[in-house]
Amino acid sequence: MNPAPMVALVGNPNAGKSALFNALTGARQKVGNYPGVTVERKIGRMSLDDGRPLELVDLPGTYSLDPQSPDEQVTRDVLFGRQEGERTPSALVVVVDATNLDNHLRFVLQLIALKLPTIVALNMIDMAARDGLEIDAARLAAELGVPVIPTVAVRKRGLDDLRAALGRAVGGGGKAMFASGDPADIADLQREARRIATAVTVQRSAGSTWTQRLDRIALHPVIGPILLAALMFVMFQGVFSWSKAPVDWLASLQAALADAAVKTLPDGFVRSLLVEGVINGVGSVVAYLPQILILFLFILVLEASGYMVRAAFLMDRLMAGVGLSGRAFIPLLSSFACAIPGIMATRTIDDQRDRLTTILIAPLMTCSARLPVYAMVIGAFIPARRVLPGVGLQGLVLFCLYIAGILSAMGAAMVLRRTVAKGGGGGFLLEMPKYQMPLWRDVAIGLWQRAYLFLRRAGTVILAVTIGLWLLTSYPQAPAGSALKQSEYSIAGRIASVLEPVVRPVGFNHDMALAIIPTMAAREVAVSSLQTIYSIDGGDDEKVGQQKLAERLHGAWSLPTALAFLAWFVFAPQCLSTIAVIRRETNGWAWPGFTLAYLFSLAWVAAGITFWTATALGL
Amino acid sequence: MRLDQLPLNRASRIASIDWAGLAPRDARRLRELGFDDGVAIEALHHGALKGPLACRVGRMIVALRRAVAAAVTVEPA
Repeated sequence: MNPAPMVALVGNPNAGKSALFNALTGARQKVGNYPGVTVERKIGRMSLDDGRPLELVDLPGTYSLDPQSPDEQVTRDVLFGRQEGERTPSALVVVVDATNLDNHLRFVLQLIALKLPTIVALNMIDMAARDGLEIDAARLAAELGVPVIPTVAVRKRGLDDLRAALGRAVGGGGKAMFASGDPADIADLQREARRIATAVTVQRSAGSTWTQRLDRIALHPVIGPILLAALMFVMFQGVFSWSKAPVDWLASLQAALADAAVKTLPDGFVRSLLVEGVINGVGSVVAYLPQILILFLFILVLEASGYMVRAAFLMDRLMAGVGLSGRAFIPLLSSFACAIPGIMATRTIDDQRDRLTTILIAPLMTCSARLPVYAMVIGAFIPARRVLPGVGLQGLVLFCLYIAGILSAMGAAMVLRRTVAKGGGGGFLLEMPKYQMPLWRDVAIGLWQRAYLFLRRAGTVILAVTIGLWLLTSYPQAPAGSALKQSEYSIAGRIASVLEPVVRPVGFNHDMALAIIPTMAAREVAVSSLQTIYSIDGGDDEKVGQQKLAERLHGAWSLPTALAFLAWFVFAPQCLSTIAVIRRETNGWAWPGFTLAYLFSLAWVAAGITFWTATALGL
Repeated sequence: MRLDQLPLNRASRIASIDWAGLAPRDARRLRELGFDDGVAIEALHHGALKGPLACRVGRMIVALRRAVAAAVTVEPA
């Protein structure tokens, strides 16, 4: 049987392409990568009214077929049937923003010249009406010579018509011809686009000016930055305080599971592995899922509402000060969730040196994998006191850790821009989309994809590392009745002894040296590692929950040591996946090697300074 | 008058653009965002401390730095 025909969804950024993709495919979508490049490949399945299946590919948003970034390159290659790992599309759906026809039509004209069966989805037609614009879709179709379907992706309007048009379009086949002919001059196409847009649009009234009114506040030179800072602060307070209840539920679920396992299984290797390695190890990482989801919820909502670009606008001046552009703000903010999507998001930065600098500093943004580690140490050592109404001391310390990451990233950028990434000077030039109400469905799909990735990591990498570490720390067993500590007698303990002299000066003890080895796989493993190490030393495998770990840490570490451990995690590049992504994005081992070296040096120095200062202050 | 000197909220039109004086990347992006002679333009927001500016070009709002805006000459609509 032939595979389902492939239809490509193309359009300018901000045309509502992803919303249309979600509306057409629902949850039936997969996110992957194109081979060799780190451009995201989003495919979904849908069926036509007659039951025929279609494969829908959401191509990266681009303004033209003249590629400058890897994203635009992929879009072009897919359309020409030259992209490895992708078939030639059977038809195109070009998504255009009805409120912005004069500009989006130019790209439509370029795409129609490809001679593939093409359908124009005249999206956000409701917004156009709100702006007082009336668009003659029939006239537009006549001018362009292709079907034009008015849609409102976020309200699922026009989808039936679009499916029907797709049914008529696929099956004809065709191959892009663009490569043979001379591409028309962009300025000429632009004029032609404006002529058509003017011909089919009637301005009925001035329309409402929601976006303008909101921007008067959001982009105000004084109020704007204050609002941004307040939003960021609420976001980080929210991560800590709103997640408290669900984190507690997960912790009690974990305790219940451990109890059940202890009751049903006989004492021995299997029970010990299951309780200490799997339930307590993986459980202590999964317990932070609520916090990670809250952080992503904020980022997704800010992005979907159109505010994120405003934040970039506000940040541009500051970023220019360290040699970056406001564009770097979005990848860097994503890096707060995870450096991997953050580094991948740098593909939208066209200046190579700007992009390299952003990649190198992205790991300094406090990613969500550090959150479990911070939360564990803060929970154990910082009293839950109110310092101001609504502001807890724990949240404040967390906020400071984030700020430390940001400030050092800025410092690093400044140094990098003057040394290894010298020269160039990318501008800041981008479209500001209209504000819109984020759609819960799109946010939910985004959240689900993040949760799935996290749980899959917990179920694979973290599980494997946890079990491996459990084995290394449990064997060989210290002779019964001896004064030797199991964690020091074991294989892992002996490896850590080699590392210990290096980290001893900055206040780390043997257990911490032991915990930072497996943490190379993923930072959050530090929590489960310490959990495993201390529950083995404790000798009891029952109910070693979050609470117990906090008590144990409190007994084993001094406050300067705990603070040094926090400082270490602000800098340490302990995530091999990030290093792997940097290698892929920079095409070689030089920059990932550089990243490892400079971040480990910074981590050591920062931990040292923290430890020595705290000790000197008598904390 | 240059776009970076244009007072806020004054309906104007692009008189000319010094394409040659712009970096090729900036020039291309400006074209893609609809900058062209005769297009309606209006400055909407100025970033603090000589930060970027936001303007309406046609029906779109575009953010750009002052150095780039200086290459755009505007006249009253």
